[in-house]
Amino acid sequence: MTTIDSSVLERHGITPDEYQRIIELLGREPNLLELGLFSVMWSEHCSYKSSRVHLKTLPTTGPRVLQGPGENAGAVDIGEGLAAVFKIESHNHPSFIEPYQGAATGVGGIIRDIFTMGARPIGLLNALRFGSLDQPLARRIFEGVVAGVGGYGNSIGIPTIGGEIVFDDVYAGNPLVNVLCLGLARHDEIIKGNAGGEGNPVYYVGAKTGRDGIHGATMASAEFDESSAEKRPAVQVGDPFMEKLLMEACLEVQKTGALVGIQDMGAAGLTCATSEMSSRGGTGMDVDVMHVPQRETGMTPYETMLSESQERMLMVVHAGREAEVEAIFEKWDLHAVRIGHVTSTGRVRIHEHGTLVADVPAPALTDEGPVYRRPMREPAWQREVQKLSLESLGAPAAPQDAMDALLGSPIIASKRWAYHQYDHTVGTNTIAQPGTASGVVRIKGSKRGLAVSVDGNGRFCYLDPYRGAMLAVAEAARNVAVVGAEPVGATNNLNFGNPERPEIMWQFGEAVRGIGDACRALEVPVTGGNVSLYNETEGRAIYPTPVLGIVGLLEDASRTVTRQFQSPGARIVALGDNRGELGGSEYLACLHGQVAGAPPALDLQAERALQRLIIALVREGLVESAHDCSEGGLAVAVAECAFDTGGIGATVDVPAVDGIRAGFGVNATLFGESASRIVVSVAAARLDTVLARAAKAGVPAAAIGETGGDRLRFSVDGAIVIDMALEGAETRWATAIERKMARAR
Amino acid sequence: MRARVYVTLKPSVFDPQGRVVADALLSLGYEDVKDVRQGKFFEVELDGGDPATAEARVTEMAEKLLANPVIESYRVELLRS
Amino acid sequence: MTFAVVVFPGSNSDRDAAEAARVLGERARLVWHKDTELGEADAVILPGGFAHGDYLRTGAIARFSPIMGAVADFAERGGPVLGICNGFQVLLEAGLLPGAMVRNRDIKFRCEFVPVRVDQVDTPFTSACAPGQVLHLPIAHGEGNYYAPPDVVESLEANRQVIFRYTDRSGAMTEGSNPNGSVHAIAGICNAARNVVGLMPHPERACEAPLGSDDGRIVLASAAEAIRDGRFRARPAAAASR
Repeated sequence: MTTIDSSVLERHGITPDEYQRIIELLGREPNLLELGLFSVMWSEHCSYKSSRVHLKTLPTTGPRVLQGPGENAGAVDIGEGLAAVFKIESHNHPSFIEPYQGAATGVGGIIRDIFTMGARPIGLLNALRFGSLDQPLARRIFEGVVAGVGGYGNSIGIPTIGGEIVFDDVYAGNPLVNVLCLGLARHDEIIKGNAGGEGNPVYYVGAKTGRDGIHGATMASAEFDESSAEKRPAVQVGDPFMEKLLMEACLEVQKTGALVGIQDMGAAGLTCATSEMSSRGGTGMDVDVMHVPQRETGMTPYETMLSESQERMLMVVHAGREAEVEAIFEKWDLHAVRIGHVTSTGRVRIHEHGTLVADVPAPALTDEGPVYRRPMREPAWQREVQKLSLESLGAPAAPQDAMDALLGSPIIASKRWAYHQYDHTVGTNTIAQPGTASGVVRIKGSKRGLAVSVDGNGRFCYLDPYRGAMLAVAEAARNVAVVGAEPVGATNNLNFGNPERPEIMWQFGEAVRGIGDACRALEVPVTGGNVSLYNETEGRAIYPTPVLGIVGLLEDASRTVTRQFQSPGARIVALGDNRGELGGSEYLACLHGQVAGAPPALDLQAERALQRLIIALVREGLVESAHDCSEGGLAVAVAECAFDTGGIGATVDVPAVDGIRAGFGVNATLFGESASRIVVSVAAARLDTVLARAAKAGVPAAAIGETGGDRLRFSVDGAIVIDMALEGAETRWATAIERKMARAR
Repeated sequence: MRARVYVTLKPSVFDPQGRVVADALLSLGYEDVKDVRQGKFFEVELDGGDPATAEARVTEMAEKLLANPVIESYRVELLRS
Repeated sequence: MTFAVVVFPGSNSDRDAAEAARVLGERARLVWHKDTELGEADAVILPGGFAHGDYLRTGAIARFSPIMGAVADFAERGGPVLGICNGFQVLLEAGLLPGAMVRNRDIKFRCEFVPVRVDQVDTPFTSACAPGQVLHLPIAHGEGNYYAPPDVVESLEANRQVIFRYTDRSGAMTEGSNPNGSVHAIAGICNAARNVVGLMPHPERACEAPLGSDDGRIVLASAAEAIRDGRFRARPAAAASR
């Protein structure tokens, strides 16, 4: 037997202090298998040991919340006895090592989290971050990730209905792949990951267990270095066909009521599923690894328990109903295998051919792990990067040139190169086509619909993590609101660097504080999420990148709008205040190579008023289109409203924002990224009504122009500053990414 | 008894994957690459020791399932190990 | 009337096809691939998806499903059979339609709404269309690049078996209007008896305007009408065939 010395501990990522804690919890030294169980369950990925103290501060309750954090996914009530079940999860590290499979298995994992809850998945979204497309490695990762996202979701038949993609060199060595899955269930169909009822059989179903992904959970918790390439075997290969069978079979079994609880085996595999189900149920489990279906010969209990083979589920079945459950799985050519039973011991006991080989109290693995209140320190450079001297930038770009450059910037350009590879029509629920602010699905058999948006601006968070995170919440909620949906729940994916560095931990703490404050002000509870730390390569961290996924409820799915202008001759109205803020803007980055300044100010009460107003305007059919202003500011927002319309241009005249120095007034007016702004188009006859409604809601509103013609024409204080053919502008915007990708060959 | 089955698209059928691989090789500097055809490769393990029977069985499998005769051709190779 | 929708393991548009039939006021039944009889059926739909994961080749394993005997028999008796996307691929592998599919020209999966021109209206699934009518339908496939040897393509054209083609909005075939590289921009074909039709676009996903188009209704509506007035109906099975 291997003795546990410091090198063994190091390989398991267990610190000497943590080892002492294990000994205290067990009352003895662990054996190697037990140490393995602790190492995966106490990894950052599974235990949230660095983030837990912060996450506890998030608002997680509300009248609609049916399931908050702690289960496989969150759930909110959407009326008529229905629930939206949703969660976001990251697969960042595996996607860097093997982009296609990393992304594909990320999609597979989050889908399992949703159908595990008894909900049928009805939509996928993703938030992706890559290095600049001028780098071959970034192009290769982008291409592989998009193919992997599509390869899995398309095959299983869940539409990818939206998402966002950002390119920035800080993500070159650490791409982010965050995937959100939305599911639908009746309240009484929701099932949890509990092990209950002493003596109830524990079943394993799905793919066989191989040696793949062993220590994947610990890999996701360690910084990359040059030896990462050697960790290659730790990436798993996805089998969407198996998952499709599992999904259909599980949804069928769940309806029978024969299940006590069910959980997928994702990170930390069988170890996580047995210990979490026992812990939640206040029970224990006896399992024998001999019964676990194995893909390879000679696997040890250690390998079996730690394997992260994909597409596997663990179930507790009501005693006496085994045959019923087995028959349903057989129908789908799956074999549910009994591997053990529920006990009242409170312990996870692993046997090998009847011999006890590990015996650990379940809560020791799940709840009694280390919790770190890691030191936090504001980075020395933080205040420095918030300073923005327009004078030092040189001459402002000519507005027309700036517009051209922004429309062709991959951050702003159409992402159709990616979403044309995603099946977004399967399921016949998708109302908004991808490339609009939110993914929108209708609910069959109901008038209702759901809108979902994922948003996060890493640049803003780098400049000010607190405000940047608030802005992410506000933008995600706004994107849901512009289609007429009321934000009802949030999930977040917190992507950060190494938490052992006080500066990173400070960014994390500030961001969580920002999310909490914004979610409280907008009354959107957080029902779960995911934390991805150690996103660093050779000591260089990504921008702090909290991604917010917000689900909104459409009372009437037939009353929704998209960003596109619907008719010529409509009036264009800007809702919200333009303060000409250039800090952290795409204009500064794209035209002046600067990431600096304070991110836009955010008044949460103004944001809330704006969102309430737009929801009402859409529901009452008072606006023809609505689009949030974000990267590229007002000018880009108006242009985006004109794209994909079949040629409805726009003529806009706006007053210059006062007080912008160094001749940047026009560009700040057009391309500044002040928050809480929406561009709507309104039939001329309804203009007065809309302006009156805005006034009543206390939301600044101004008619700034008219739709129509085949040009995009912008004036500031009456002087024409941009005048371009719509067709050329649209082509530039629509094809920017495919041109970059084509150059790769 | 083991057999190998190589399945490739017939020369008359355009092979988009092969072309993309060829382009990629060219862009990596392998300028001598003239063409790439991508195919499939199967290893089949069989009971029974008679090579003639095995070859006939595997050929039948290729005809029936492993290859689509409309677009693909195949070659069976028996391993006498 | 009743559409029987076959469910293969990995089918993912089976419920969509059934739903589309219901939207049109028709009945739909899901038939499991391990069954050997179709049961009540006026028309059969082989739906889209990734039957058996599309492993090996699209449709290659599904064609051996027990139900395919009954589908072939139904087709032989003149019953209307529609293969959509993966269902089309299954019909090709099963030999119920000629030709084969290879990877899309640019090797990428492609999903978008495209114009599809109806070239022939004497099939059960196009009988309500006007010749040359352009439908706005979604495609969603990685292997929709239709191929057949030149003599086969020639005979398809000569016998007016090319039913759907990719075109631009005006119905013209252009370089840019072929999304996957299919020979002769073929999007759908029928068999010699004209009762078995396969197409790559998804009419069942375009039966309600909020989904982006309701042009697809006419495909299933054609079948319903043609069956009701007796133009396309399966002959009764011979008692001896059991």
